[in-house]
Amino acid sequence: MTPMTLSVFDIAGRAMSAQLVRLNTTASNLANAGTLSSSKEGAFRAIKPVFQAVGEKPGVATVKVNSVVASTTEPTRRHDPTNPLADKNGDVWEAGVDGPAEMVEMLETARQYQNNVQVLQTAKQLTLDTLRLDK
Amino acid sequence: MALTDQLFGIHGASLALRSQRLATLASNIANASTPNYKARDIDFGKALDLATGGATGENGTGDVSQAATAATAYRVPTQTSLDGNTVELSTEQTAFAENAVQYRTTLSFLQDRLGTVMQAIKGE
Repeated sequence: MTPMTLSVFDIAGRAMSAQLVRLNTTASNLANAGTLSSSKEGAFRAIKPVFQAVGEKPGVATVKVNSVVASTTEPTRRHDPTNPLADKNGDVWEAGVDGPAEMVEMLETARQYQNNVQVLQTAKQLTLDTLRLDK
Repeated sequence: MALTDQLFGIHGASLALRSQRLATLASNIANASTPNYKARDIDFGKALDLATGGATGENGTGDVSQAATAATAYRVPTQTSLDGNTVELSTEQTAFAENAVQYRTTLSFLQDRLGTVMQAIKGE
């Protein structure tokens, strides 16, 4: 056995952490959707986690968040001269967040988190059953 | 090793293999949204044959971990996805549930065997 062997608990547990990071990015994207800025550079852009498989043996791998990157969704310019944040042209920049896409992302994250919880529950039950083998 | 083989037959190796397959299927489910991740699975029959000698009557290697690695292959997806990920949750979850039930089946075989042996020892 190698010194660092991934158990089912490691695999599902770390996958849950990764999904939680994804849920956090979705939450901040949704929280910042609709926020305004006086410049294109200052406007909020949606952030996304980049997942990467981690494993030392073929067929046994968990997942980690390699990095969190800003998405390429451009902020939208809106003409609103009465807004206190408006620039000299009377424009404001709205955060580059795709609301419906974020909602879909949230649902998918929740489902995959649940899948991992289910894996963990099954693995726990089987381990406990094996421990009670002679009873 | 020899004593446990006489006691439990193929069920010892079977339980260890079921546990390895559980980890492999859990890995697939964990990586359901990792770009370019290729799902893998252990061919249980092949792995068990390698470990125990199977129907050929030859002696197996006895190394369950090695047998599992040799019998691991990539899953062929029914539909390819744009991000190169080949995990199909429906397939993986079905295989996972099936494997869990079969793990329990092996456990009950072992349990029955233990009961029989205990009865013989106690002479009741």
